Amino acid sequence: MTMAPPTGPAGEPANSPPAGADNYLTHTRGFWSWALTLDHKRIGVMYLVGILASLVLGGVFALVLRTELATPGPTIMGFPPTLADKQPEASQALAGKQPVPPEATAQGKNLYNHIFTLHGAVMIFLVIIPGIPAILGNFVLPLMLGAKDMAFPRLNLASFYLWLTGAIFFVVTLHTGGLDTGWTFYTPYSTGAGHSAATSTSIVMAVLGAFILGFSSMFTGINFIVTVHKLRPPGMTWFRMPLFVWGSYATAVIQVLATPVLGITLLLLVAERVWKIGIFDPKLSGDPVLFQHFFWFYSHPAVYIMILPGMGIISEIVSVFSRKHIFGYRFIAYSSVAIALWGFLVWGHHMFVSGMSLRAATIFSALTFTVAIPSAIKVFNWLATMYKGAIGLATPMCYALVFIFLFGIGGLSGLFLGTLAVDVHVTDTYFVVAHFHYVMFGGTLVAMLAGLYYWWPKITGRMYNDRLGRLSAMVLFAGFNLTFFPQFILGTRGMPRRYFDYTKLLGTHPEFSMLHLLSTIGAFCTAVGFALVFYCLIESLVRGRRAPANPWGGATLEWQCSSPPPHDNFPDPPEVGDPYDFSDLEYDPSVGGFVRRTVPSGRP
Amino acid sequence: MTLFDAIAVSGPCGAPLLGQAGGTFWLPPRASTTAPIVDAAFYFVFWVAAFFFALIVTVMTVFVLRYRRRPGTGPLPSPSHNTALEIVWSVIPLGLVMAMFYLGLKGYADMRVIPPNAYEIRVDAQKWKWTFKYPNGYEDDNLHVPVDEPVKLVMASKDVIHSLFIPAFRLKQDVVPGRFTTTWFRATLPGEYEVLCAEYCGTSHSDMVAKVIVHEPGEFEGELRKAQEKSQKLPPAELGERLFVRRGCSVCHATDGVTVKTGPNLKGIVGRERRFVDGSSRTADEEYLRESIVNPSARIVEGFRDQMPTFQGQLSDKQIDALIVYLKSLSHQPPSQQANKVEP
Amino acid sequence: MSTHAEPRPEHPPPLAHHFRTPGQQFEAGKLGIWVFLLTEILFFGGLFCAYAVYRSIHPEVFLYAHQFLDKSLGAINTVVLLASSLTMAWAVRCAQLSQRRGLVLCLGLTLACAAVFLGIKAVEYRHKWQHGLKWAGQYDEGKVAAMLAELGEPPPGHTLPGSPPPPRDVGLFFSIYFAMTGLHAVHVIAGMGLIGWLLARAVQGHFSSDYFRPVDYVALYWHLVDLIWIYLFPLLYLIH
Repeated sequence: MTMAPPTGPAGEPANSPPAGADNYLTHTRGFWSWALTLDHKRIGVMYLVGILASLVLGGVFALVLRTELATPGPTIMGFPPTLADKQPEASQALAGKQPVPPEATAQGKNLYNHIFTLHGAVMIFLVIIPGIPAILGNFVLPLMLGAKDMAFPRLNLASFYLWLTGAIFFVVTLHTGGLDTGWTFYTPYSTGAGHSAATSTSIVMAVLGAFILGFSSMFTGINFIVTVHKLRPPGMTWFRMPLFVWGSYATAVIQVLATPVLGITLLLLVAERVWKIGIFDPKLSGDPVLFQHFFWFYSHPAVYIMILPGMGIISEIVSVFSRKHIFGYRFIAYSSVAIALWGFLVWGHHMFVSGMSLRAATIFSALTFTVAIPSAIKVFNWLATMYKGAIGLATPMCYALVFIFLFGIGGLSGLFLGTLAVDVHVTDTYFVVAHFHYVMFGGTLVAMLAGLYYWWPKITGRMYNDRLGRLSAMVLFAGFNLTFFPQFILGTRGMPRRYFDYTKLLGTHPEFSMLHLLSTIGAFCTAVGFALVFYCLIESLVRGRRAPANPWGGATLEWQCSSPPPHDNFPDPPEVGDPYDFSDLEYDPSVGGFVRRTVPSGRP
Repeated sequence: MTLFDAIAVSGPCGAPLLGQAGGTFWLPPRASTTAPIVDAAFYFVFWVAAFFFALIVTVMTVFVLRYRRRPGTGPLPSPSHNTALEIVWSVIPLGLVMAMFYLGLKGYADMRVIPPNAYEIRVDAQKWKWTFKYPNGYEDDNLHVPVDEPVKLVMASKDVIHSLFIPAFRLKQDVVPGRFTTTWFRATLPGEYEVLCAEYCGTSHSDMVAKVIVHEPGEFEGELRKAQEKSQKLPPAELGERLFVRRGCSVCHATDGVTVKTGPNLKGIVGRERRFVDGSSRTADEEYLRESIVNPSARIVEGFRDQMPTFQGQLSDKQIDALIVYLKSLSHQPPSQQANKVEP
Repeated sequence: MSTHAEPRPEHPPPLAHHFRTPGQQFEAGKLGIWVFLLTEILFFGGLFCAYAVYRSIHPEVFLYAHQFLDKSLGAINTVVLLASSLTMAWAVRCAQLSQRRGLVLCLGLTLACAAVFLGIKAVEYRHKWQHGLKWAGQYDEGKVAAMLAELGEPPPGHTLPGSPPPPRDVGLFFSIYFAMTGLHAVHVIAGMGLIGWLLARAVQGHFSSDYFRPVDYVALYWHLVDLIWIYLFPLLYLIH
C-alpha cells in the first residue's frame, strides 16, 4: 500500500475543500441552476424528492385500501344510497316500503378497483423500479468510480424529465377518473368495452405514462453501462469495483434489454384500445394470453431491476459495519450478472394457470428454482461477512439486518410459487400479495432506506439522530410484519386477491375478518414508521451536526471526498485500492468520522 | 397434519385461528384426490423454508450479539472466501429446490392429465357469474358433482379472463375468452365448498362466488334428473325467475326496488317511463324489454353505461318470453319475495 | 469530389469535463449508441415475436393477405434504403477526411433516399386505405371484395387472390403489417430529422477529422433502420 495523502480537518483528502465550503449544493444557486443541471448529484437529489413524493402518494392509496378491507362489506366506500338518490320516480311509487340491506354500490367497488390499480402502478413504475438506480445510483456511482460525472450528463437530465413526465401522466389519471385494470393491464379487460369514457382516457394516459417512464429507465441503463465500462479510474479493474457498482451494472443490463419489450407491449395495448388492431382480441383472432407473455417478459426481469441494486447496497453496508472484507466477493459479482441474464428465462411462472402446456410449465419451474439459488447464497455471504467482524449497529446496519430478515421471508415464500402444484393453489391469492410485498417493500424499499441512511451524510453533509433512525427501523419492521404476515395465511386458506369485499367468504372463513383487521393495524403502524423516517431525515437538515467525509469508515472512493462533495467530485482521480480493505482506516473522535492512518499500518 | 397444526388445534388460540373445520392452520379441508398431493408439496417446502429461515435469523442474531463492536478491538482475522464452503452451500440448496421442483411437477402433472371417461361439465364464465351446464342440458349456477368420480370441466369465458378457483380441491384454472380451457378433479369428501373467481375481472369480481356440492354416492344422477325435470315443467314466470338468476341478470339488476347495481333496478319496470342518455324516452313495454335483452346497446337508460352484453342467440324465444312474464310479475310481487332465492 | 482535405475548423473538438481524453469520450459515445441500438432491436423484437406467433397459428391468413402487398414497390424500397445506407457510410468517410462538400452531398442524398422511401410507403398505405385493407378491427371485407371484383386481370406484381373463400380475420395480417411498417416509418422520420440536423451542422462546417462523432453515431442508427427493413421485406412481402 502506498503512503496515504495528507488529510484535512474532516478526514477528507487535502486536495478537496473543507466542509462547509463550496460544494455541489452551493456551487450555483437559483431555480434554473437546478432545473437545467447536468450534475449527477443534483439530478439524484431531484429524483429523491420526486420519488419520495410518489412513495407517499402510493402509501396513502395503500392506507385507503387497507382501511376499506378492515371490515367485510363497505367500510369507507360503497355505501349504498337510498333509492331516492338514483331513481326519483321509482322511490315515489314505493314510498313507505322498508328496503332490505343492500350490497355495496358499483361505484364503491369501482373506486376500490381504481385505487388498488393506482397503488400498484405508482409504487412499481414511479418508486420501486427507478428508486435505487435513479437516486443512489446517480449520486454515488460516479463518486465510487472516482469520476467527475456520468458518461452522458445530458442524457441523465433527460432521464429525469422523462420520469417526471411519466409521473405527471399518472397523476393526471387521478383527475380523468382513474383506471381499474390492475397495474398489470391484462387483456381483454383493459382493451375491451365496458369502461366509461373517463376510464378509457385514463387507461391510455397511464399506459403512455408507463411507456415514457420506460425511456427514462432505458436511458439510465445506457448511462450506467457506459459509465462502468469507460469511466473507471486507472487501476480499477472489474474485480476491484465495489459490489454496488456490480449490482447497478447488472441492473442496467436488464433495463436496456427488457424495457423495450414493455415499450412495444404498451404501444400495442394503446393501439388495441384506440384503433382495435385486434392483436389481443379473441373476437378478431387475437390471443389475450399473448399479452401476458409479452408483459411478463419485461416484468419478471423488472423485479431483478428492483432487487439487484438493493443487494449491492446491503453488501456495502454489511461489510463496512462489520469492518470486514465482504465474503465471497467474486461470487456476489458473478451472481449479479448471472441473475440479470437468467432472469429473462423464467417469466412463465407468473402464468402457470393461464393454460400453458405441461412442458412449458416444467421448464419455467425448473429455471425459476435455479435462479433462486444465487440470491440465497448472497444471504449466506453476508452472514459470513459478519462472522468474526466488529459489528456496529448504526441505522444503516439496522436496516440491513431488517432487509436480511424480510427478504429472507420474501425469497423463501417464492419457493412455494415456483413449486407448480402449490402455485396452482396459492397464485392469484393473498399469498402472492404477501410474497411480493416482502420482496419489493421488505427487500427493495428497505434496502433503499438503508442506502439513504448510509449515504445521507455524503449527500447532505449532515448527520441525523441515529437513535431516531434505529427506532424508525424497528417500527417499520414490526408494522411491516403485522401487515403482511397474516396475508400469507389469508392466501393459503383461499382468499383471492383484488377483492373489494370478502363477506361471501365469511361463512367458511370467519377468521378472515380478524386477519384483515390485523393487517390494517399493521399498515398504520408502518405509516408511523415512515413518518419517523421522514422526520429523522428532515430534522437532520435543520439541526444535524456537520458530517465528516467518512462517518462510517467505508473504503470505497466516495468517502474520499468531502461531505457534501464538491461540484466536480475529485480534481484528480483518487487512489484505487481494495474497496473492502479497512485496515488503513481508523476512527478519529475529533472529526467524528474515519480517517486514513497517517502512519503506515505496517502492512506491506 | 403437522405438529404446528396439532399445536394450533389444541392450543389456546381459539377458533378463529384454526381455519376451516377439517382443514389445517394453513390449508382448507382436502376434498379431492389432488389435495393431499399439493399439501405434501406445500409442507415439504414449508419445513425446508422454515428451517432455513430459522437458521438465517439465528445465525444473524448470534453474530450480532457475539461480534458486537467493542471499543479498542477490531474484527478477528477470518478468510474472505472459502471455496469449499461456497460450493457446499450452493449444492445443498440446489438439491433441496430440485426436490421441490419434482414434488411440484408430480402434483401439477396429476392436475393436467385428465383421465379418460371423466364426467364432463361445461363451465361458462361471464362478468360476474358462473354457469354450469350438465350433459343432459340442465343448467345451474352451482357445480354439482358425484363423489369419487373424475369430473372434467370444459370452460370458456364470454367476456374477459376469469379463473375458476376451488380451494378445497386445490384447483385453479384461468377461463379465457375465445378458447376452451380444461381442468379436472375427483372429489373425495361429500359436502359444500366455495367456488371463487381468482382473476380480476372488474367491478364485481369479489361477488363471483358459487358453490360446489359434492353429492353422496348414488345421489347425483337422481338429483340431476329431478332438477332437469323440474326446470322443464316450470311455469313461465318461474322459468323466467330462474333464468333471471342463472343467466346473470341478477348480478347487475336488483329487483327489490331499492338497490342500485350496475344496471337499473327492475321492480315495477313494466309500464314505467324510461329516459335515455340521448334525451329520448319511451314506455317500457314488451317490445322494449325484448330489445333490451337482444340489443341492449340500442337504448341506454340515463345514469347508466353501455355495459350490458347482448343475449342474442343465447336465449331461445321461449326463454325470452318467460323472462318477460317474470319481469311483468315484478310489478305485482309483494316486496318480501326476492328474486335472489335459488332453488336447488 | 476533391481529394485533399478541406481547411480545418477554427475550434478544437470539444472535450467534456468528465472525460480524460477525446479517445475516451469517443469510445464512450460509441458504446452508448451501440447499447441504444440494442434497445431498438429488442423493441422491434417484440413485434417480430408477435409476427412469429400469429404466423404459426394462422398461416393461412398470412399466405392469403400478403398477396395484397406490392412486391415491386417493396423491392424498390429495399434498394432505396440500401442506397441510403451506402451514402450514409460515405458521409461518415467524408467527415473523417474533413471533406465538407462531400459530406453535405452524401447527407443530402441520404435524406433524398429516405424521402423516396416514405413516399413509396405513402403510396402503398393509401392503396390499402382506399380498399379497406386495414387492421383487424377496421378491415372492410365489403370494400376488399369490391376491389377484387373490379380487377379483371391481376396487376403486375400481384397474383389474384384465389377463388377459395378468404380465411377469417384477414385483418390480423394487416394489424401486424401496419404495426411493423408503421413503427419502422416512425424511425425513418426520426432518422430524417437527425440527418437534417447533421446536414445543417455540416453546412456550417462543424465536422472534421477531429470531430465527426455525431455523424458516426447517426450513421449507426441509420444502418439499423435499414437492417430492420431488410428483415421486414421478406417476412411481410415474400411469404410462400
